Amino acid sequence: MTSLEHTPAAAAIARSGVAREAEAPSPRMVMRRRALTHPGFLFGATVMLLTIAVAIFAPLLTSYDPFAQELTQRLIPPVWSAKGSWAHVLGTDGLGRDYLTRLIYGARISLIVGFGAAGIAGLIGASLGLLGGYFGGRIDALVMYLVNVKLSMPGVLVALSLISVFGGSVPVVVTVLGLLFWDRFAVVTRSVTQQIRVNDYVTAAEAVGASRARIILGEILPNVMNHIIVIASLEMASAILVEAALSFLGLGIRPPTPSWGLMISEGRNFMFFQPYLVAIPGIAIFVLVIAINMLGDGVRDITAPEGRN
Amino acid sequence: MMRFLVHRLAISILVALTVSIIGFALLRLSGDLASALAGDTAKPEQIAQVAHLYGLDRPLYIQYLDWAAKALRGDLGRSLFSNEPVSFLIGQRIGVTAQLSFMALVFAIAIAIPLGVVAATKPNSWVDRAALGLSVFGQAMPNFWFGLILIIVFGVMLRWLPISGSDSFAHFILPTVTLGTAVMPAIMRLTRTGMLDALDSDYIRMARAKGLSSGSVLFKHALRNAVLPVVSLSAVSLGFLLGGSVIVESVFALNGIGFLAFQSILRTDFPVVQSIVVFVSFAYIFLTLLSDVINAYLDPRIRLG
Repeated sequence: MTSLEHTPAAAAIARSGVAREAEAPSPRMVMRRRALTHPGFLFGATVMLLTIAVAIFAPLLTSYDPFAQELTQRLIPPVWSAKGSWAHVLGTDGLGRDYLTRLIYGARISLIVGFGAAGIAGLIGASLGLLGGYFGGRIDALVMYLVNVKLSMPGVLVALSLISVFGGSVPVVVTVLGLLFWDRFAVVTRSVTQQIRVNDYVTAAEAVGASRARIILGEILPNVMNHIIVIASLEMASAILVEAALSFLGLGIRPPTPSWGLMISEGRNFMFFQPYLVAIPGIAIFVLVIAINMLGDGVRDITAPEGRN
Repeated sequence: MMRFLVHRLAISILVALTVSIIGFALLRLSGDLASALAGDTAKPEQIAQVAHLYGLDRPLYIQYLDWAAKALRGDLGRSLFSNEPVSFLIGQRIGVTAQLSFMALVFAIAIAIPLGVVAATKPNSWVDRAALGLSVFGQAMPNFWFGLILIIVFGVMLRWLPISGSDSFAHFILPTVTLGTAVMPAIMRLTRTGMLDALDSDYIRMARAKGLSSGSVLFKHALRNAVLPVVSLSAVSLGFLLGGSVIVESVFALNGIGFLAFQSILRTDFPVVQSIVVFVSFAYIFLTLLSDVINAYLDPRIRLG
């Protein structure tokens, strides 16, 4: 017996996975293996974790104050240009504030807006989608009607007007963006719920008399969750982009708070001679958004059932 | 077909009605209209007088019906800032926005469809990867920032193109590229998936088996079927572009309705803002209705299902 197990043929069979069919790897193991071999997921997760770490430990990473103006130190170029210095690695802005410090603190705003808006939108959209998909009929018609109304309104314009009415504080911006991005959650959750509710385990739960709330939250929601997470990543990326755009137009986050969009807007006045003031925060937004999108695509690939790619 | 049409039309009208109510609410949310009309120095009696004059002391639903009835006849009220009729202000600028949206859509389609077709014929090739890379790039790029970079490179460093205003065709090139890049990725991905599905179908195998040339198979048979959802997406994108041009128009100082809306928000000129919101929504509702009807006409499964 022992001698047989050590033959090259047996080892080859074991490696090929045929012999291991009896003890197939658990879904968790499959996912971990997929995650560790998915370059997009790894890149996205790394950038995301780094950004979160930078945002949390911002005061430890820089000795400057993001609000402190030093008018004698205005418009110092970044370290790679001839007149740059290591005192201000990314230079200073038009008010003499350290640009790297503002970039680091700006990550906080982007992440708060991204997570907050995607959270609010996910809560609204997923609730509507679950209700419409599970109950069908009139409730479903109402949900789809709300989605239609939402889709036909020019989102950025409505967001701009609401923020101009209620003011550009972070909570207002997060709430308004949350109200702007719930439709895709609703549409996807609804169609997935429609597929799940006809499954045997849902019928079984109904047969033993489980309450509707329990069926929706306990049986259906866990199976929709992967889809919700993927949409959340997409909408988080959109929310970060729109926040930057709104702040750029002067109707988002108010100065002097360091928001990346606002930094681009402030740098715009100097962009012909100091283009780095516009380029640097733009690249930061670009990289963060790409990372979030790749993370979302990665989660979708990793959690997809075997053979469906 | 008739049943489908009536049903679809009823939904559109209901949605349009709701949007107009939300637009009206937005106007009222923005603050006390009467004191805004009367000016900063007005006394309370004068404000009350203005409120009475404009009918602002009546119940809200009557004010809404009054506003809606006038809007249906083309009377959208007057701007608080310039006192010009809102319909005149919109009419003056809609051409610029329509031209920009249309050019951006054409630009996006001209890149997206050929790229999507080529990517689908050679999945996982370098063309496919490049197309995917381009769409990731287009999606993650902050639109207004891309516009600024184009201004720096083509307007300031190379001095090839004008950077603001809407006087000539050349003025539209940079805004078109900026706005078009935003909608291109979605159209490309949809074309690619549609083509992949179509190329995998029995009728394509049949066409190939008949010995048709690969060009004929690709463009006459596959693309025709793959392009259906792209048509709907284009109609929806055009509606989105009309509303989304607010950022690009502001970056390039193009005098369209997006820029007008932005300026009006800054001046708290809410009758103009409200009218533009409702106007753009109606355009979107009309375009999606149109694309649904075209699709139903082209595809019996939709109108009979």
